[in-house]
Parts: sequence; C-alpha cells; structure tokens
Amino acid sequence: MDATVETAARWVPSRTEGRLSRLFDNKAFLVTLCLLPSAGLLIVFLTYPLGLGLWLSLTDSTIGQPGEYIGLDNFISLAQDPVFWMSVTNTIMYTVVATVGKFLLGLWLAMLLNHNIPFKAFIRAIVLLPWIVPTVLSAIAWWWIYDPQFSIVSYVLVNVLHLRSSYIDFLGSPWNARGSLVVANIWRGIPFVAITLLAGLQTISPSLYEAALLDGASNWQKFRRITVPLLLPILSVALTLSVLFTFSDFQLVYAITRGGPFNTTQLMATLAFQRAIPGSQLGEGAAIAVSMIPFLVGATLLCFFGVGRRKWQQGSDND
Amino acid sequence: MQGFTRRQSLAVGAATLGVAALGATAVPLVGARAEDTDVPTADVKPPDFKIEKGAALRVLRPAKFVDPDETFFRANTKRFTDTTGIDVRVDFVSWEDLRPQTAVTANTGAGPDIIVGFSGDPQIYASKLVSMDDLTAYLGAKYGGWFQLAQLYGTKWGTENWLSIPMGGSTGPTVYRVSWLKQAGYDKVPDDLNEFMTLCQKLKEIGHPAGFALGHAVGDANGYANWLLWTHGAYLVDEKGKVALDSKETIAALNYAKALNPSLISGTLSWNDASNNKAFAAGDISMTFNGVSIYYVCKNSPDPKLQEIAADTNHQLAPRGLSKQVPESALVVNAMLFKHSKYPNAAKEYLRFMMEKEQYGPWLASCLGYWSNPLKAYSKMGFWDADPKLKPYASGMDTPYYAEYKGPISAASSAVSANYTLVDMFASVVSGNATPEAAVKLAARQAERYFKG
Repeated sequence: MDATVETAARWVPSRTEGRLSRLFDNKAFLVTLCLLPSAGLLIVFLTYPLGLGLWLSLTDSTIGQPGEYIGLDNFISLAQDPVFWMSVTNTIMYTVVATVGKFLLGLWLAMLLNHNIPFKAFIRAIVLLPWIVPTVLSAIAWWWIYDPQFSIVSYVLVNVLHLRSSYIDFLGSPWNARGSLVVANIWRGIPFVAITLLAGLQTISPSLYEAALLDGASNWQKFRRITVPLLLPILSVALTLSVLFTFSDFQLVYAITRGGPFNTTQLMATLAFQRAIPGSQLGEGAAIAVSMIPFLVGATLLCFFGVGRRKWQQGSDND
Repeated sequence: MQGFTRRQSLAVGAATLGVAALGATAVPLVGARAEDTDVPTADVKPPDFKIEKGAALRVLRPAKFVDPDETFFRANTKRFTDTTGIDVRVDFVSWEDLRPQTAVTANTGAGPDIIVGFSGDPQIYASKLVSMDDLTAYLGAKYGGWFQLAQLYGTKWGTENWLSIPMGGSTGPTVYRVSWLKQAGYDKVPDDLNEFMTLCQKLKEIGHPAGFALGHAVGDANGYANWLLWTHGAYLVDEKGKVALDSKETIAALNYAKALNPSLISGTLSWNDASNNKAFAAGDISMTFNGVSIYYVCKNSPDPKLQEIAADTNHQLAPRGLSKQVPESALVVNAMLFKHSKYPNAAKEYLRFMMEKEQYGPWLASCLGYWSNPLKAYSKMGFWDADPKLKPYASGMDTPYYAEYKGPISAASSAVSANYTLVDMFASVVSGNATPEAAVKLAARQAERYFKG
C-alpha cells in the first residue's frame, strides 16, 4: 500500500513539456491567440476607418490635400451653420415619422399574413419585393412617380379622373418633398418589419389565444394582452435595426432630391457626402458623419432599453 | 461642372426616349470629311521635343460623353503609336472618380503621365506640373490663338505661365423651339432682360412655357444661377478672391428670378440635370439652357416625333442682359503633364499630335458640339457651317466668365457649386421662402467658408 502511494507521488511524465506546449496550455495566451484573427479583422475594417473618420473630422483635409489638425473648428463652424441644423432636424423627423409609419403598417401586414390565406407563401414572397429591389432602382422609380411633368399619380388625377387641374409639385416645395420621401422610405421599409414581426407572431402558441377565447376575451384584449407582450422582444430588435437604417439613409434621398429644394430634404448622411466628396471638404464631411454617432448610439439605447426590457424578454419579474 | 449632367442626362434621356443604346445612335451628323475639318493655319515650326528612348505613356481622361468621343480619341492615339512607336495606354474613368484619382496621383507622385482633368485642377497641382509654355506658344501661333476661357484655365493664375493644355469645353447655351418662338412673335431669343421676360410670358400664354432648373442639378442649375448673376453684373467673388455676393446687383438678379418664375413651367425647383432634357423632348417646354445633348438625342432618334423636334430646335448663345460678353461658362477638360513622368518630351509630343488639325478636327467634329474648341482657328471648320444649328458651340470658350469669376481660380468654387450655394439662394427666393436680402446673406456666409483663404 505504502509502495503504491510512493509510486503515485513520484510519477514522472515520460515526455517533458517544452516551453511552447506550456505556453499553449496557458489559458490567457490561448484565448488571446484565438481572438487575434477576429480582432485583427475588426481593427483593420472597423476601427481603422472609424478612427480615420474621427481624425479627419479634426482636420481641414480636402481632396488632394492632407490637411492639418484644427481641433474642433469643423464642429464649431457646423454649429453655426443653419444647413447643418436643418439636416439634423430633417434626419430626426424623417426617422421618427418613417419608423412609426413602417411599424404600424408592418404590424398590420404581419397580422394579415399570419392568418391562413390562400397562396400564403407566394404572397409573403411578393411582400418582400420592395426590400429586395436595390434601393437605387426603387428610388429611380419613385423619382418618376414624383416627377413634376411625368408623374403617373398626377397623370391619373388630372388626365384620367379629372380631380385636379394641375400636376402635383411633389418635390418642389419643402413639406411636399419631405412627405414624399417619407412615403418612399416607408414603402421600402415595410417588408422588413412585416416579415420580422410575422416570424415573431408565429412563435406565439395558439393555445394562449384558445385559453383567452375560453375566458371570453375580445379581439382587442387578445391583441393587447397576448400578441403585444409576446411580440415585444422581437419588436425591440426590429425597431433598433429599422431606426439605424432610416437614420443613416442616403440612397433614397440622394437619388430623388439630392437634398433639394434648397436643402430642405437634406439628411445628415447626404450632407456629409455632399460636403466631403463632390464639395472636396473631407474634414467638414467627416465632422458631419461623426456628429451622427451620438444620435445613433442614443437611438439604439432608447430602442433597446425602452422597448426591450428584460422583464418582457424573459417573461419574469427580473428587471 | 456642367458636364456631369449632360452625360447623365443623356443616359437618362436615351433610356427614357426608348433609344436602345447610345452606341446605335451615335452616328456623326456630319461625316469627318477632310474639307469639313480643315482649318487655316499659320506656318509655324513645331517645337522639337527630343523623345526619350523606350518611352511609353499612360493617359487618364474622363469617360466619353458620346461614343465618337472615345472612338476618335483612341483612333488618334493609335495613329500616334503607329507614327512614333511610342506605346500609349489611355484609361477612361467616370467623372466622379477622376478628381480623387488626380489627387492620389499628384500626392503620391506615381501613376499616369498625363491626366485630362477639369477646369481649375491645374491650379491645385501647379507645383507638380511640367510647364506647357513651349507647346501652347506653338499651338496658339499656328491656330490663331487661344480663347479667353482656355487662357484662364490653362495658365497659372495671374501669370502667363501655362500649366496645361485645355482640350475642350462643355457649354450650355439657349436651346429653343423655333416654331413656338415665332408663334410668340420672336425670331430669336432677345438679349435684353425685360424683353426676355416678355418672351417667357408670351411662351407661357401660348401654352409652351420655358423652363430652367433650380433643383439640386449640379450642371444645369448652377449654370442658370450663374447666368442670372452675370446678366445683372453680379459676381460671387471679387478680384482678390473675397466673397462679393452681397451686392445690389445680386438683389436685382434675385428679384428678376422671382419675377420671371411665374412665366416658367412649374416644378423646376425639383428639376435635376436630366429633367429639362426630358421635358424638352416631351414637348413640355419651348426653351431651356443646355448642352447639345437634347438636339443630339432627338436628331439621332429613330422616332419621327423626336426628329421633328430636332428639326424645330435651334441654339443661341445665352442672352447677355447687362453683360458685355456672353454670360455663360464651360466645363473645360484640361490636360496636365505631371513632373513624375519619366518621358515628358514624349508626353508633350503626344499632346501636340492630338491637338493638330489632322487629329483634333475629326475628333471635335464627331463630338458634335459636346466639346467647344479652345483654339480659335477650329471655329472656322467647315463642319460648323454644315449644320448651322451647332454654330453657337463653336465659340463656347470665347468668354471671360468662369466659376469663380472675378476671383482667382481655386478649388473653392467647386465646393460652392457642389453645395448648390447659389442655386439654393435663388430657389429659396423664387419659392417665397426667403427674402432676397436674407438669402444673399446666407449664401455669402456659406461661400465664405470655402473662400476663406
């Protein structure tokens, strides 16, 4: 017995471990090593451009000239620029109105699609079309729809139905133009919201509705007490993504109005591009783009914590 | 910056009009016959450029406007290679990409030997360019001298030192329907501003209004805004490059634009660069400012309706108003030879070859007025008389007006036009959203951000 203990205690491994293998046994080292490729990718493709953007916003770079560090001068001059502030209010307004529109119509569409309807798969595929078509393509279609001389809407109203005597100036006055762009954005965003919410709706067990039916709940009560609470987790994710997409929208506005008339439809993204690339003022454009970051972070936090509280997500009282 | 537009609008125009492809329609109206493209020249000995051994060149230029632009440019280049044995590679890049690529080439000192850039680019890269004095002196002497706009954009500001070879300019004169002007009681577009307004009112009365873009249209709208300023004696910056927009002349221009607007077609505040092309081709407007693209597309269309429009279309230099000279400018394509080139003599010889009448004439003629000539003698080409409707384009570069008139040429004006500073000033007044006084102050403040140097 003694002998056995002795042997176990004095066991010597037949192969001595090299420094390298010991290094690989070190958990911290291994974790770092495994993270390195993804961290490298993040640094090269995410941190570097973001850092460069931040740096450019602090310089007076133009296309062709590297520029010098000028501190916060770009931001100070933007703060005194009415066009910049108009782009900020436009962006916020555009995001809020379009997002509300997209969610109301998207939810409605999702609930319709959740019913048993003929050709369900086919209809669902069609609903996705606005989302699938390249934005620039749909933007050009909207541009035609809103054309002051060739608009199909105006044509129908004036030449077919004789409801109006003149063509509608969709994009020629500030509020018409803003409204037209919001409509185009809603049209494009609905499929994403509808399909995401539809996926959420299908995870809700029918037995809950059956129980509610037995308890004599009305349709509104079923919607209010079952559908909405169980849909909230996916709603918060869809809302966050949708707000981010809308806030940083560029293509629709650039293709339809380029920010006109007189900058009244200018969004922060379009203004940043206009100043930086065609206008050559890289520093100023970067400063506008950097100014979007706080808004984006704020909007994300608001969506995530405002709507997606853990109580709902986990179905408990855990706040 | 007018060119961006015309190229895009042509593409859109062609698509809208159901023209299958430009390639199919881009048949020169007048063949490049020798008698059409010959010009009188002075007997001048060409400079003797000692071509380096083993020379090979790379050239970067803006993408074609119309097919013959590229076809003839390539054919001329090939002829140069066949004659001299110097290999030349020409790359055509999209207009939007050209300026960034020029910047990279200039800053890294590597890349193409020659870049055919835009109007004011040589001023920005002046220290990196090979002097062109010898070549421009020869070409000027042989071909009757350079037009004023070529001189402005070709020389270093305030000096006689040539930095580049201006190869052509894209301009936007008045395009109008002859029969509707007649119906309104006019044989031509009047130079007097009050008369011009009366003409627009009459055109509106007979149901064929005129239309000028005031939306975010880089080329057309900036062209209209500059025309309004220059016809009233107003200008963006003074001789020293200080913003001088806030003047009684600018206020007068704003009031005129506001008074003129009810006589124009509605919706011009949302017009982009393709809009006036579309409206003209649809017979919705009788008059606008544009390049030759409207006429070109209509004339080459298989659609008899569009051919009728082409037959009824004419061009005239923009009305002068209070200006002594034609108040319109042009986007100039400007060939720069960089100091990093290992074969500067071969490059100069190439540019000389391309500007000589045997090559330049057929190229210019085949582009049908898309480019106006910088050398005066080329205005005497028989080609311009073969289709008199194109005649105004023969003097497109005979103008003292440029984007940053009257100040030094700089990069600031492209920032002003890209930001639609002047366009928005007019648009906000025309739409009643701002008073002339408020609009001019706002525009001046915005322009000062770029003209601060």
